[in-house]
Amino acid sequence: MPIDIDIAHVARLARLDLTAEELESYKTQLDVILDHATQVQSLEGDPREESAHPLGLVNAFRQDERRPSLDRDEVLSQAPETKDGYFVVPPAMETQ
Amino acid sequence: MTWESVIGIEVHVELSTRSKMFCGCAVEFGAEPNTNTCPVCLGLPGALPVPNRKAIEWIMAIGLALNCEVSERSVFHRKNYFYADLPKGYQISQFDIPVCHDGYLDVTVDGETRRIGIERAHMEEDTGKSTHIGDGGRIHAAESTLLDFNRSGVPLVEVVSRPDIRSAAEARAYAQDLRAVVAELGASDARLEEGSIRFDANVSIRPEGAEGLGTKVEVKNMNSFRSLEKAVDYEIERQITVVEAGGELTQETRHWDEEAGVTHSMRVKEGSSDYRYFTEPDLAPMVMSASWVDEVRVGLPELPAERKARYSDEGLESDLAGVLSASPVEVRDIFDVAVAEGADHRRVANWLVGDVTAWLRRTETDPTKLPLGGKQLAELVEIVDEGVVSSSAAKMVLEGVLQGEGSPREVAKARDLVQISDVSAIEEIVAGVLADNPEAVKSYAAGEQKVVGFLVGQVMRASQGKADPKLVNELLRQKLSS
Amino acid sequence: MTLHELTIAEAGERLRAGEVSSSDLLEAALDRASLTEAQLHAYLTIDREGARETARRADADLADGIDHGPLHGVPVALKDNMCTRGVETTASSQILAGYIPPYDATVTRKLKEAGAVIVGKTNLDEFAMGSSTENSAYGTSYNPWDIGRVPGGSSGGSAAAVAIGSAFAALGSDTGGSIRQPASLTGVVGLKPTYGTVSRYGLIAFASSLDQIGPLSRSVQDAAFMLEAIWGHDPLDATSYAGEYPQPSAALDDGVSGMKVGVVKELAGEGYEPAVETAVSAMVDKLSDAGAAVVEVSLPTFDIALSAYYLIAPAEASANLARFDGVRYGHRGEGATTETLMARTRAEGFGPEVTRRVLLGTYALSAGYYDAFYGQAQKVRSAIQEDFSRAYESVDVLVSPTSPTVAFEAGARMDDPLAMYLSDICTIPSNLAGHPAISIPIGLDEQNLPIGFQVMAPALGETVMFQVAAAVETLAGFAERPVLEELAS
Ligand SMILES: [Mg+2]
Ligand SMILES: [Zn+2]
Repeated sequence: MPIDIDIAHVARLARLDLTAEELESYKTQLDVILDHATQVQSLEGDPREESAHPLGLVNAFRQDERRPSLDRDEVLSQAPETKDGYFVVPPAMETQ
Repeated sequence: MTWESVIGIEVHVELSTRSKMFCGCAVEFGAEPNTNTCPVCLGLPGALPVPNRKAIEWIMAIGLALNCEVSERSVFHRKNYFYADLPKGYQISQFDIPVCHDGYLDVTVDGETRRIGIERAHMEEDTGKSTHIGDGGRIHAAESTLLDFNRSGVPLVEVVSRPDIRSAAEARAYAQDLRAVVAELGASDARLEEGSIRFDANVSIRPEGAEGLGTKVEVKNMNSFRSLEKAVDYEIERQITVVEAGGELTQETRHWDEEAGVTHSMRVKEGSSDYRYFTEPDLAPMVMSASWVDEVRVGLPELPAERKARYSDEGLESDLAGVLSASPVEVRDIFDVAVAEGADHRRVANWLVGDVTAWLRRTETDPTKLPLGGKQLAELVEIVDEGVVSSSAAKMVLEGVLQGEGSPREVAKARDLVQISDVSAIEEIVAGVLADNPEAVKSYAAGEQKVVGFLVGQVMRASQGKADPKLVNELLRQKLSS
Repeated sequence: MTLHELTIAEAGERLRAGEVSSSDLLEAALDRASLTEAQLHAYLTIDREGARETARRADADLADGIDHGPLHGVPVALKDNMCTRGVETTASSQILAGYIPPYDATVTRKLKEAGAVIVGKTNLDEFAMGSSTENSAYGTSYNPWDIGRVPGGSSGGSAAAVAIGSAFAALGSDTGGSIRQPASLTGVVGLKPTYGTVSRYGLIAFASSLDQIGPLSRSVQDAAFMLEAIWGHDPLDATSYAGEYPQPSAALDDGVSGMKVGVVKELAGEGYEPAVETAVSAMVDKLSDAGAAVVEVSLPTFDIALSAYYLIAPAEASANLARFDGVRYGHRGEGATTETLMARTRAEGFGPEVTRRVLLGTYALSAGYYDAFYGQAQKVRSAIQEDFSRAYESVDVLVSPTSPTVAFEAGARMDDPLAMYLSDICTIPSNLAGHPAISIPIGLDEQNLPIGFQVMAPALGETVMFQVAAAVETLAGFAERPVLEELAS
């Protein structure tokens, strides 16, 4: 299939604030890599959704048991901004 | 043109496990912010999820209770989107192979029962909680957002109905019945006010009798059954108005504004096709063996629908069976015990859904503290049958029992409610009443049978309600005819 | 032989004989670091105080008769994408500058329990994405055999530290060859175990279905010591293997007589340096002389393994790196709304290679392209697993070069991503299959640069893999050590 990359859309999905020049440069690089990657299309048949764990693992569960949580001060000490035990961010824009 | 509404409901239910879906942090409402958090539910670098077996069993149980099939094999997917309260930048969810699929729930509105298909019941993990501060908590003008990740990673089941619902009332009934099922199972606290059960409605309209589906609008933010019904109603009307005015509907998500009673368009975050679902590589697939499914099935309690059917089989009318079936478990236990004692099903049920339920409501008593046993209720029915108390006096006996005054027989005696069944005593009262009402006696003689009722009433009053009404009736007719 | 050149086995003997202390071993490694770090930049963080404290405790324990096994008192290094509680862990990314994890990775805990002394955290390509350690936000590492060249990557810091003696062994992580390729380029032993045998809990994820932690060491036996200390079932990793584990160290002396060795036809020819091909076929001849039955084996899907890898790994990475959003830890960019803050944080925090792969992976998973790219890549992955299975019906192990070339010059491939990606052409198939593979140094080329030999085995085939690796080590007799010119003069 032909490669056409809406690089601005991809960058938006990936939450990367890139300049127009950066976008252009990444698009060029991705074109080259994806052109090489089209080799995977040489295999026939339906695409696979997943491939199995090499050891065939299934049902790797834990029991419904509590384990100690982290110390909140230690966690919050790594945060860029906190208030009264909360992490703080500026408001979201898309909801109203 | 007549319009038909087509409604599908998505219900998110927080499961009542002790620990979260993928880590050992406590699931607990109302804890101090960010105290039930760990590397996994905070999405710290390097942390890995390990799924909670009990949560998967709750989903299987809910699916089975909704007549679903349990998938033989099921996998976890990553649903990718950015949001401040989504710590990993993806939600672990399920995409094309849910734990359960293809079930139904029968819903009755105004005496008509309809079968609502259930497409799937799958696992999700909850996000953290955002609180917007500044300018009265309104989002668009908020100065900042506070994030608490205690809820992050709490296990959820999402139950997705087919678009089989045709009215707002039916939507409400579906949601209520679904809530009753998960509450019955004990799979969730199912408390609307704490957000442990949440509803989204997909609403569209089409000309009556048409086959295809109209433009679908997703309505969110309903926090009670009433608001679900109101929101769906509003949305149906809004869509009809738009279309009839020659307008076009847009596929969108709308937010229910409870105060204003309207839905608002929400700006779109990401189209659903942009979620880039792929198999969660940190988790192994699940294989639900027949023996595992059976184990879960055997552990299921009697569910509302089954119970209602059983009550009907036992001879209760549909309405009575339905009301009793939806009664608290403590009330239903009394029923089962009283019936086992030999009391009549219908009379026991009537006491329970009538006077007992009214008393609970009036005194605001929690059903778990109901001071009544099945044996006591059987005794109450028995003393009425024996003629020890009259039906009306029995209500006062019940009141006494509920106030802890003793067994029905003890209360009847203590409150002096035992019927007068002594013929000579009643004859004396009858004679007095006839002497006091010569007009009535004359009317009877003239062929007016209905005055008997009036005279019976007079005798009952004179006996302070204690005379056996059957005897009174008998003796009155004898005297009048002689 | 000076202390810093000892293997773990040799150091352990002297330690238990009372000839040296753990503190002596540590000081030897720290001295080595002081002498070489300015040129090599193998470490991002050296935890002198913490390490000295651990070494003192190891000595005290040994004096009290408490012996935690082969790693007791041995100075080792950790690649900086493994979490260490209280010690900065950045994965070489600006986005995690200053980040102090509140917990230990399972491998960190296991090394501590084994009595090892953690010297510090080694440099890597940012988030382990690269084959040269040039993609580090904190500066390139260099190859001790020629400081104008790269040490390979992404575990280049670990490889350089082990090669030069500032650690007796180290842990790396291998997603597409990130342990074996740098081991090959620096003349040390490096191995990727069977997927699922070493816990990934606390390893900052690059591509979850491919990542495996493994050791870099100065001998095959040391690699076995390290592996046996860190592997085993971990209830905190849902992909962790819960069954019986092999015992590779028991088979090291068993030789290759009667063993069937397959030479991979596809991992030779164009793009392979003649010196590498010559050294590899000489080793194959020696194995044959030692009694192994050598056959050529064709695994045709290996030709498209690289393409599949460069779709699957970035796809998983695009999700794994979504958590770096400036909300809960690490770097935060300016933004008036959450969205702009996140987008600024990520644009500022990620280097060009990481950005490139996040974009690539996002694209490969996005609506309309998923089937053609990610879905097809998964199909190739399954086909590779089938190719391997077919091959292992007739041979016990597969062998090849570890890298088509010796260490290349710093900067040589930085402007050509595809050329850089080709560095991993021999190592990627084992990651896609989840199989173990090891690189053993077998000699030097005419420029005095090391050449590595790769031995691949089926899942949980570590015992046979080590058996062959030990034989290769003996047959190669590789004993050279890098000499830094400025130190030599
Ligand atoms: Mg959902
Ligand atoms: Zn947690």
